[in-house]
Amino acid sequence: MSQTVEPTTATTPATPPSRTRRPYKVGESRLFVKVATYLALILAATVYIFPFLIEIGTAFKTDADATANPLNPIPHTWTTAAFHQLAQVDFPLWFANSAIVAICVTAGRVFFDSLAGYALARMRFRGRSALFSALVAVLAVPGVVLLIPKFLVLNQLHMYDTYSGMIIPLIGDAAGVFIMKQFFESIPLSVEEAAHIDGAGTFRTFWSVVLPMARPSLITLTILSFQGSWNELAHFIVSRQNPRLNTLTSGVATLVSGQLGKGNQYPLKLAAALLMTIPVAVLFFVFQRYIMRSSEGAVKE
Amino acid sequence: MTVDSTAGLSRAEAEVAARSARRPPRRRPGIRGREAAAGWLFTAPVIVLIVLFLVIPILMAIWVSLSNWTGIGSPFSSNVKFVGTRNYRFLLTQDGLSRQNLMQSLRNNFYYVLFVVPLQTALALFLAVIVNRRRLAGRGFFRTAFYFPSVTSSVAIVIVFLFVFGGSGVVNALISKLGATGPDWFSQQAGIFHLGLDKIGVHKAPGVLANHAFLGQSWWEWLSGPSLAMLVLIILAVWTTAGTFMLMFLAALQGISADVEEAAVVDGATSWQRFWRVTLPMLRPTLFLVLTLGLISTWQTFDAQFILGATNPTVVTPAYLSYQTSFNNQQWGQGAAISFILFFIIIVLAAFQRWVLRDRDEAREKRMIRKQRRAAAAGRSS
Repeated sequence: MSQTVEPTTATTPATPPSRTRRPYKVGESRLFVKVATYLALILAATVYIFPFLIEIGTAFKTDADATANPLNPIPHTWTTAAFHQLAQVDFPLWFANSAIVAICVTAGRVFFDSLAGYALARMRFRGRSALFSALVAVLAVPGVVLLIPKFLVLNQLHMYDTYSGMIIPLIGDAAGVFIMKQFFESIPLSVEEAAHIDGAGTFRTFWSVVLPMARPSLITLTILSFQGSWNELAHFIVSRQNPRLNTLTSGVATLVSGQLGKGNQYPLKLAAALLMTIPVAVLFFVFQRYIMRSSEGAVKE
Repeated sequence: MTVDSTAGLSRAEAEVAARSARRPPRRRPGIRGREAAAGWLFTAPVIVLIVLFLVIPILMAIWVSLSNWTGIGSPFSSNVKFVGTRNYRFLLTQDGLSRQNLMQSLRNNFYYVLFVVPLQTALALFLAVIVNRRRLAGRGFFRTAFYFPSVTSSVAIVIVFLFVFGGSGVVNALISKLGATGPDWFSQQAGIFHLGLDKIGVHKAPGVLANHAFLGQSWWEWLSGPSLAMLVLIILAVWTTAGTFMLMFLAALQGISADVEEAAVVDGATSWQRFWRVTLPMLRPTLFLVLTLGLISTWQTFDAQFILGATNPTVVTPAYLSYQTSFNNQQWGQGAAISFILFFIIIVLAAFQRWVLRDRDEAREKRMIRKQRRAAAAGRSS
């Protein structure tokens, strides 16, 4: 849909009539295409943004206002009642649990994935390629079929209903290993050789020479891990039943599915949805280019 | 949904990584033994985690799916019996509630996949093509707007959709502005094909369809289409995931050289022709990736089902059914068996899709090479 090519021929009067006809038509349709494109974009953007405006607005409404004026995102009377109500249920506890789990998972993933990624990228040892193929096979396993298996093993290891059971299984992440491996393969070998000659050991070289160079990839992995574990629901359903261990996702999901029958309480639910979106949204807007790049990189040759 | 999409990206990255792994190892001085030890030491934590929380769980679940464990005590204690394929038989061949539930969940999920995968791919491609225009005001803004739902929690998005499509929600308010009454989206259980037929006067199943059954459900039931509640979840999935796939298409579009487009323009192709004959064929690898990732993730949908599944059986998917069967009904053997049936379905469909979308020219070329080699080998041996 290039617009750059020969727009001038359309307006050149000197060209013979048989040739002017077609380009002129193209120019006309180009304007039409342009208008249609913007209309389509604006319509699509509305469909994408309006639900979030509704979410924010309704969180500050009264129940009656939310039911009476669902289309208007601006509250009739502003109220923070929904947020006060959330503080009454265990919402702050869920928030804390989500933060603990997400931070531990992220730290663990970043550390262990870069260790393994470095070994697979740089070290030569027997079984490395077999190990690599095994990791590729692991990625092909659909995660959701592991729900019951994971419960079985957590139960057997007496890790069910513990923080460690909620955190440790999420740390093993083959995808992050690949991100780091790819990055380490892209940096020049000479830096590490210099460190080796200076007498630095393997871990020392990795920790103080290579890892600082990997900052962009580490940021990408950090954000993906945090976002993934913050939004994770299924694992926290099968790894715990104690309500004190609810994360935001499992707590809010239970709250919503439990109350479906009784009344609407939409401001309450949407306030919960809004609060759980904020941390990830902030990360997203600050580090947007790292996130966007990581998914664009997925298909780059 | 968000979880699925990140897993999807990683799979894509794995493919890229797999390609780069085939490069020959570099020559480097050093003490081999120590390097080997360090190599295993560095990878050990990840290996242990994956063995412990992926390999062993799968093996345990295979045993449970062949046992009569009821969730009490250890599945390896002496009073848990091996029952062979009984759980699978209950689910697949014997008429009864287990099979009925599984087949309904498969039907629900089938329609979900049938609608979501083409729609999300088309929408993603459409958004990518218009956002990719060179002179576009607010490109970054639109890209962010379309991508943002992909990073937010699926639970939060389900809540927003519960309100938007709720009885007194946004959509029904819009519908009543047009002078009609909106349906009760989340409690409706009839399929949309049935509803559509009802509108045109077909209120009862034709005898052929009603009297013939396949795997315990009549053909009339199989052809119901998704329920309205499932339709909302279909819209939700398309809306959330299109952004992720849009980014993949965008990256591929930016990889297409401007020369190719210009050549097509010079040859007199209209923009419509350019899209179908030039751009789309060049996007083939990405299209394949997006379709495969979509197919894999839509068969795994769970989060929305966890919130809505207990109230409406027409949104239940096999993933949720296996959870429900195990955790709520304590039929762990059957629950584990459902997981493996789902596993099998996903693998088979992904392989089938690979075969359907294979590059025919490449396949033909490979066949030719093989034939030539065989001919050469035959010539040598004789």
